[in-house]
Amino acid sequence: MKLVFALLTGLVFGAGIAISGIMDPAKVLNFFDVAGAWDPSLAFVMGGAVVVTFVGYRLVWRRQSPLFGGRFQLPTSTAIDGRLVGGSALFGIGWGIAGFCPGAAIPALGTGRWEVALFLLAVIAGFSLRRLLPSVLSKAAT
Amino acid sequence: METAFTPIGSLGGGLLVGLGAVLLMLGLGRIFGATGVLSGVVFVEDRAEMRWRLALIAGMILAPGLIFLITGAMPTLSLPVSPAMVVIGGVIVGLGASLGSGCTSGHGVCGLSRLSVRSLVAVPTFMATAAITVFLIRHVFGG
Repeated sequence: MKLVFALLTGLVFGAGIAISGIMDPAKVLNFFDVAGAWDPSLAFVMGGAVVVTFVGYRLVWRRQSPLFGGRFQLPTSTAIDGRLVGGSALFGIGWGIAGFCPGAAIPALGTGRWEVALFLLAVIAGFSLRRLLPSVLSKAAT
Repeated sequence: METAFTPIGSLGGGLLVGLGAVLLMLGLGRIFGATGVLSGVVFVEDRAEMRWRLALIAGMILAPGLIFLITGAMPTLSLPVSPAMVVIGGVIVGLGASLGSGCTSGHGVCGLSRLSVRSLVAVPTFMATAAITVFLIRHVFGG
């Protein structure tokens, strides 16, 4: 049941992504192109999603635990550091170059366009690069 | 390349995205962060965790097909950039999202909703660098 629930949840999220226009790089890049072919549509995606999540989370957290057991697991870090700011800055640069972000590209894979698979493989390469970083940095320091 | 202003579709899609995030919290008690979900199935550290993440990803990938079945049309997707830029952007997205512990879904949707101070820093940061990047590519270098 838990896996069926996760599948349906992914379907709802993915349908939202597909309908919203955020999985279309042309719209994403135009959202950021304030000085050019500006298309402000995507502000409505973030606005709608945050309002529903803000209210929905507070309703859900009235429960003792999630439906399928365990406990609510929320990020506990509060550090505002170079990793957070630098990583977010890099993420935005990549988003502005490719026009895809991971949450949009996963549903976009379902359209069958090969470029989407290429993007996700590149993202995974980026994850791997990050996992190599600490050892590279510590070797450089010695 | 011009795109049509779609406030209703974008708002409706955003409401569903939010519903997806709330459902994952209700069912499994988790944040809906695409970066964490994707890296959790690539670098498997816990098999039980990997299974629900795979089911979630499968649902996400099936979504455009479901929309095709209902409406008779695939959602539009046009790529104004070259495959090389898709790859370069992708690597930077992956590196940045894992360093910054989140992306548009994790920090944007879920983090802002929790009023997480880290997300309140992360979101304006990546929005600004994305806008600057698009400005430089389109209006300074004329790409």
